[in-house]
Amino acid sequence: MKVRFKLNGKWVDVEVSPLKTLLEVLRENFNLTGTKEGCGKGECGACTVILDGKAVNSCLIPISQVDGKEVITIEGITKNNELHPIQKAFIEEGAVQCGFCTPGFVMSVKALLDKKKKPSDEEIKEAIEGNLCRCTGYVKILKAIKKLIQK
Amino acid sequence: MEIVGSSKIRKDAFDKVTGKARFVDDYKRGDELYAVTFRSPRPHIKIISIDTEEAKKIEGVAGVFTYKDIPGVNKVPLVFDDYPFLAEDVCKFYGQPIALVVAVSKEIARKALKKIKLKYKELPAVFDPLEAMKKDAPKIYGKDNVFRAYKIRKGDINRGFKEADVVIERTYRTNYQVHSYLETQGMLAEPSIDGSITVYGTMQCPFYVLDAVSNILGIPQSKIRVVQTTTGGAFGGKEDVPSIVAGHAALCSFLTNRPVKLIYTREEDFDSMSKRHPGWINIKIGAKRNGKITAIKVKYVLDGGAFATLSPIVLWRGTVHSTGPYDIENVWVDSFAVATNKVPCGAFRGFGQPQANFANESIIDELAHELKMNPLELRKKNFLDIGKKTATGHLIKESCGLKKVVDKITKISNFNKKWKDPQNKKGRIRRGIGIATSFYGVGLGAEGKFLEKAGAHVQIFKDGSVLVAVGNTEMGQGAFTVLTQIASEILGAPYEVVNIIEPDTTRIPDSGPTVASRTTVMSGNAIINACKILRRRIDGVVRDIFNVRGKVISKNGYYYAGGKRISYFDAVKECYNRRVKMAEQGFYRVEGTTFDRKTGIGDAYFTYTYSCMVAEVEVDIELGTVKILRFYSGHDIGKAVNPKLAEGQIEGGAVQGIGYALYENLVLEEGRIITNNFTGYIIPTIKDIPDDIRVVIVEEKYPNGPYGAKGLGEPPLIAAAPAIANAIFNATGKRIRSLPILPEKIVFQE
Repeated sequence: MKVRFKLNGKWVDVEVSPLKTLLEVLRENFNLTGTKEGCGKGECGACTVILDGKAVNSCLIPISQVDGKEVITIEGITKNNELHPIQKAFIEEGAVQCGFCTPGFVMSVKALLDKKKKPSDEEIKEAIEGNLCRCTGYVKILKAIKKLIQK
Repeated sequence: MEIVGSSKIRKDAFDKVTGKARFVDDYKRGDELYAVTFRSPRPHIKIISIDTEEAKKIEGVAGVFTYKDIPGVNKVPLVFDDYPFLAEDVCKFYGQPIALVVAVSKEIARKALKKIKLKYKELPAVFDPLEAMKKDAPKIYGKDNVFRAYKIRKGDINRGFKEADVVIERTYRTNYQVHSYLETQGMLAEPSIDGSITVYGTMQCPFYVLDAVSNILGIPQSKIRVVQTTTGGAFGGKEDVPSIVAGHAALCSFLTNRPVKLIYTREEDFDSMSKRHPGWINIKIGAKRNGKITAIKVKYVLDGGAFATLSPIVLWRGTVHSTGPYDIENVWVDSFAVATNKVPCGAFRGFGQPQANFANESIIDELAHELKMNPLELRKKNFLDIGKKTATGHLIKESCGLKKVVDKITKISNFNKKWKDPQNKKGRIRRGIGIATSFYGVGLGAEGKFLEKAGAHVQIFKDGSVLVAVGNTEMGQGAFTVLTQIASEILGAPYEVVNIIEPDTTRIPDSGPTVASRTTVMSGNAIINACKILRRRIDGVVRDIFNVRGKVISKNGYYYAGGKRISYFDAVKECYNRRVKMAEQGFYRVEGTTFDRKTGIGDAYFTYTYSCMVAEVEVDIELGTVKILRFYSGHDIGKAVNPKLAEGQIEGGAVQGIGYALYENLVLEEGRIITNNFTGYIIPTIKDIPDDIRVVIVEEKYPNGPYGAKGLGEPPLIAAAPAIANAIFNATGKRIRSLPILPEKIVFQE
């Protein structure tokens, strides 16, 4: 089927099987490999992208549901090679280890902060509860987000 | 020192936060094929026939390969050669690889997989290691299903128990733990010129992969190039098993003459890749009324699964550390790694120690309870220290910060004030505090000493930028940042211009595996050895320019000598003008570790890291749920080359340890894993972590370590589970002797 959607600010058209997931289309058709597959079942959050303002697991979204919508991926949040403040905070606080989960975390946090500038600790935890990280123990990730909010 | 000891920003942070870092599945060749694995449908079978004809007929299938297609040797080269790349006549666990399908797309390959027809006969299977050790058990390995047995005999065990006023004996069990690295296993293999092959992938040990690819293809190692791609977590799970994945990918590429990608699904990864061994530990311990331990006797059994993989050396590490960080005169240990019809277990952060440590640090608390002593006081009476001996009789001569770590952790946690007898606690919600300690032999130790070496290549370019190549890997732990800091410090080169390139077996001599918390010491020292030579040459040029003698000091990007200074970059330029050799190889190996297999006596490791953890918990005794309020984790690591990265290791280890203690429960039925995704196998999320995790770093310098550093990767996990179990006992009076401590165990225990 033909699908048309807004990808990182530009309208794109793609001819693809309706059985493909948004994750597969991003990686295979658009070479946007910053979005990762960690489990393929919506349990780990490594494939998180923003779909019409909401953080979603792109491995669970059939491409047919994306028609006419707006998708933002990790590749779409840096402007003129300038890091997004969330990315800067992650680097400065040491919130990155193996890095496989990092793009997903960044996108979940972005979806949260786009809606609410000063979320509570509980709201932060709620927003990234679906993102698994096996390296950091989440301590520095939480610290990075809290520091960013305080700025 | 200006660079070593400071929290420099990770070298790979920018690429990782922007999504630019390329993991193996992110590479595309354009003409690659995709491979999938056909696996055993039952835990123990005799193969009668494998019919691949229908599968081969499907359009887009490039090949279906079985053991008959292997041009080299059908053995994964590890400790023993018992594990075939592809099964021949027998399969010993559910999920064992039998055949490989290669096709133009993953979808077609998976479709073809379903067309393979396997005829087989079921064989009797055994799933419990204690059952497997019985005489009439089905045979999986050798005559007795025992992959390896170790013993330690120190002092006189009978006399030790006679001298004791109190003797207790308990049995503990631990379940599997799954690494749950976020990036599953994967490899990309491609043919290169003149029959050679290149393998890219997620791995800890490129030189193990090199051995494996050479074995399966039957081609010389010099014709194989193994390159590690950005690796999305490993924790031991990418030590041995990538050899299998790489062997398979290489075979498919070799036989089709095309690039081949082999990426595991999460379920496949759970089903077939290594895990932390389930453990069974029986301990008898005796002490005087004053708390001095007189004797300890341990029987330690590890459930190895169907093939030996790394079980023998996992068992050895566990054995050597099984009586804890204590000076005990009379020690008796018997340990066994046993074969069962389940997925082979392997390396996982702690490597046989967490199971033994859970038992050991639990029984110390039980002993304290019997003696009516504070568990901290009991430990303090028996701790290792300079001048004391480990279970294997290793005399500690240097770098022992155990008491310092314990003092700091118990002070900031206010342990003695918070520790109260559980009998006095009432109500549904009860709070408690628990402590546990550990020691950790850094590096491979006496049983792995033939691999205890590392190489480094350091090259300074004309513009002053520095390239470092090492044979150990970055898997998220921050090795490349730490190693860059070391190189930068010695050379006097700004941190920003020093970079480490991806490990590549054609660039660097065999550096052993990236395991055993050994990289900072081993690769760090190899880098130092290379940089010292380069620095000597640069210093010579600097002295010559200024026409002075004496020491050249490097600081803030300058070299100082005889009251004059020259910038690092100008000095390098001058070296080039004078045709100085600006590239060097460094090598480092460790001698002197010993272990006598008959007595279990020896200087098992070159140094030890010492750790202490305290957990404060809140238990709902009606629901059995445990909330960890605060967690304290302290380690003597010799020197924190990068304190922020060290903290990250400690925090991450704590949360993995909390998962091991409370949540992570792999469930098997008839040898088949039924919780084979994160839906069923629960690892901690951000909602499961304590609000407060406090880190303490103690630096008792190890004279042979780079700037005094020892190892850190694994210790942050080891003592977490017993600290939590001891806290639960302190809160509720309930002693849980098996991991994980699920709510039902608390509710139903009297």
